[in-house]
Amino acid sequence: MALQATVEARRLPTNQALNRIGRAVRSNRKATAGTVLLGIFILVALFPGVIAHDSPTLDVYQPHLGLSSAHLLGTTAYGQDMWAQLVWGTRNVMIIAFTVGLAATAIAVLVGIAAAYLGGLWDGSLSVITDVLLVIPLFPLLIVIAGYAHGGSTLVLIVVITATSWSYTARQLRAQALTLRSRDFLEAARVRGERKIYIIVVEVIPTMTSLIVASFLTNALYAVLFASSLQFIGLGDPNTVSWGTMLYWAQNNAALQTGAAMWALAPGACIAALGAAFALLNYAFDEIGNPALRPVRRRSLKQRSVQQGENRA
Amino acid sequence: MRYVLRRLGFFVLTLWAALTFNFLLPRLMPGNPALAMLGKFHGNLTPQSLNALEILFGVNTHKSLPVQYVDYLHQIVTGNFGTSLDFYPASVTSVISSAIWWTLGLVGVTTVLAFILGTGLGIVAAWRRGGRLDSLLPPVFVVASAVPYFWVGMVLVLVFGIDLHWLPYVDGFYVATDTPGLNPQFIGDVLAHAILPALSLLITTIGTWILTMRNTMITTLAEDYVRMARAKGLPGWRVMLDYAARNAILPNLTGFAMSLGFVVSGAILIEYVFNYPGVGFMLLQAVQGEDYPLMQALFLLITVAVLVAILIADLATALLDPRTREAR
Amino acid sequence: MLEVSGLSVDYVLPRADVRAVDNVSFTLDRGEFLGIVGESGCGKSTLLFAIAQLLAPPARIAAGSVTFKGTNLVGMTDGQLSAVRWRDMSVVMQSAMNALNPVKSIGAQYRDVMRAHGKTSRDEIGTRSAEVLRMVGIDQAHLRSFPHQLSGGMRQRAMIAMALLFTPDLVIMDEPTSALDVVAQRSLMVQIKELQRTLGFAIIFVTHDMSLVSHFSDRLMVMYAGQVAEFGATRRVFDEPLHPYTKGLLEAFPSIRGPRVPLKGIPGSPPDLSVIPTGCRFHLRCPVAYEPCNQVAPELADQEGTLVRCLRYTQDHSEERSVAL
Repeated sequence: MALQATVEARRLPTNQALNRIGRAVRSNRKATAGTVLLGIFILVALFPGVIAHDSPTLDVYQPHLGLSSAHLLGTTAYGQDMWAQLVWGTRNVMIIAFTVGLAATAIAVLVGIAAAYLGGLWDGSLSVITDVLLVIPLFPLLIVIAGYAHGGSTLVLIVVITATSWSYTARQLRAQALTLRSRDFLEAARVRGERKIYIIVVEVIPTMTSLIVASFLTNALYAVLFASSLQFIGLGDPNTVSWGTMLYWAQNNAALQTGAAMWALAPGACIAALGAAFALLNYAFDEIGNPALRPVRRRSLKQRSVQQGENRA
Repeated sequence: MRYVLRRLGFFVLTLWAALTFNFLLPRLMPGNPALAMLGKFHGNLTPQSLNALEILFGVNTHKSLPVQYVDYLHQIVTGNFGTSLDFYPASVTSVISSAIWWTLGLVGVTTVLAFILGTGLGIVAAWRRGGRLDSLLPPVFVVASAVPYFWVGMVLVLVFGIDLHWLPYVDGFYVATDTPGLNPQFIGDVLAHAILPALSLLITTIGTWILTMRNTMITTLAEDYVRMARAKGLPGWRVMLDYAARNAILPNLTGFAMSLGFVVSGAILIEYVFNYPGVGFMLLQAVQGEDYPLMQALFLLITVAVLVAILIADLATALLDPRTREAR
Repeated sequence: MLEVSGLSVDYVLPRADVRAVDNVSFTLDRGEFLGIVGESGCGKSTLLFAIAQLLAPPARIAAGSVTFKGTNLVGMTDGQLSAVRWRDMSVVMQSAMNALNPVKSIGAQYRDVMRAHGKTSRDEIGTRSAEVLRMVGIDQAHLRSFPHQLSGGMRQRAMIAMALLFTPDLVIMDEPTSALDVVAQRSLMVQIKELQRTLGFAIIFVTHDMSLVSHFSDRLMVMYAGQVAEFGATRRVFDEPLHPYTKGLLEAFPSIRGPRVPLKGIPGSPPDLSVIPTGCRFHLRCPVAYEPCNQVAPELADQEGTLVRCLRYTQDHSEERSVAL
């Protein structure tokens, strides 16, 4: 029926979309857990001095101290306070995560949506570039680039990771933009005579809010993993305070074998936790977008009718 | 047929792109890194090695860029990657061939295993929607996919290697006192050394496949032809495998190929953590030792391997999905 | 042969359960052709799936029974049902493109179901497959074809042929012609009717196109908002519709040969089943609604062999009936 079709194609203004997301986040357990976890890390990154009282680089303490009230996680082989390093290192990680996340998502949105809407030769060439970058294994590429550059500062890491990791999300965004192209409300805008830019910015992007947020989360997650991995193998700047560099020093000093396991476990656990926060939120967004994936109550499964017997009895 | 041709074309295109990346990178870096590397050797290089370096990295050459490019491509196609600097005077090719079997063994077997297990678990989880497996798996593996690969390796080293002394973890792949060959001692040691790295790789990579298979399976199960299969009174397992899984796996085959990039990253890091002398470990050594010829060749090798795997997955899709055989 | 009694189907949703089919009852004799018509969302497809025991969560049968050849199908497991499935009762769905497995050939899909029900000899399978294809006018070479290689009409007929593999007693059809053009629709209907005549199976045929089914069905059931609105012999319902909704439906289809009359639609849209209006479900759109319609929900009343759910036909309101109709 024509009426139903109009209802389905209703466009979502930005505030409505964000509202829906807000409600969904609160009701979905994974989303709440992820948000809380992420919130903790953001707070720690913003106010490290409040949580850790020592300077992370000061190396005046006795090395290889175990856990104590003075040194919550003990000290490193160089006499530095591990807890301080962990806390202050959060800032470096969060900066990388959010900068790469935002920048890579911005590129992905630009490329993906432009490809979908400009079509033709533009779509062809942008898609090919995206696909090629998608398929070339990124980590070895990053290693080679960082290798030639003899390791790099955080800025180099951010630039290099952003430049190479946008392709996956660009592809997803393009796919969704393509399906939206034929929706009625966009036809209506086109018929009204709106310019393409207007349509893209005002009508398409708000409808894709959920996927754009999910893209940000994906890019941030991979930024954290790639950056820490590069730092771990020594291709970041070993003198910055970060979780990845802690792992690098830990590995170089055979932390696991010499009983200083915490040096390696703690930063690794933090990476995992932050990554988990992004991943949980991302998964929750998946479920929000596709209701079929939501958790199903066991009761409704395979039930032809239990009620049946009760009614007839 | 057109589908196959398209995928082949894409393969060639990406291969070309990787080769070009490789060509341009050292030349674009400020102060050609190869020059610095040359300095280390004080001219103790044979003319052949010098020539190879010139072609690969563009050092000491007055030829124009396009000419260099042609020389470079010719060099690559004839399989001459120059001499390794770390392992001087061994050629890069011979150095790589010693390491490649270890990686193929470890990574190859584990990846296939992870894919089969992961897909199987995903299918079952989706089939028993709302059951224990289904409610347990997603959150567990969502979290697991965020754990850095090397960390899992380290935890396993700690628990099984150091604390429990069950498995060896640091000597690489076999104990130095063993004689390599087909003797039980050697084989036993190799296997023992492979367990922890294989386990790490398995744990970190299986999550993606379980989750994506489960999700596509759930969407497929809602299709009409699955309902029709039920209506026909077909046995449950046949509906699950023949009707649902066979269709659900198609989009996943390409996804499998995409995720190979990550398997490769994981493999590199895990080899590093376990000192496992495979191709990944060698790449990192090359980087640290500034052995650029070796590094370059390894990068190309890894890229080509991934591209070939993707091509195979594409061909498998063509085989399994009759719709791709029509004119697109 | 088939007796549906008090069947109700609920959709279990997070906020509240929504009743998509409310207390539907009817009987079906051997060889009978029953047409079920109604707007989109009136519950006719849900009813069909409920009868065939093909509901998937979150839908479930909330009440009632479906007695087929003496056994109540409701509550049976898939294993128990497989004895009945396809041998005695088969299903034809709306879009063959969606209902046929895209990666298996037609022949392979026929083979599947025959093997599942005991026929295993390759000869038997081959002969029978070719036979049913011939019945619907398709060359047996197409057993090797894949669904996407056939035209829409051929696919539909292949699906119908599949439904007849075991010459079942009942074939349930969910809008099998909706995906086709008018000409293909008509020819398919004629073919279905012909097959019914020769093989003698009963049909439950769901559609939104009343005029299409009225030429072929013995009895006609009109559904609205999950309930039976009118139910009786096709000719009666078609020529002398009792329920205002049925009248509205008929008037919405122009007659090709009759005089030109302005087209009258039914204003408004079907109610949201999670917020059912009080009283009669149709009263908000009914041209002849009167006072009690928004308070009293009418039950089915027997009007000379036709069941109708309208207050104007209930005992105590027989006086109002003569007014304004």
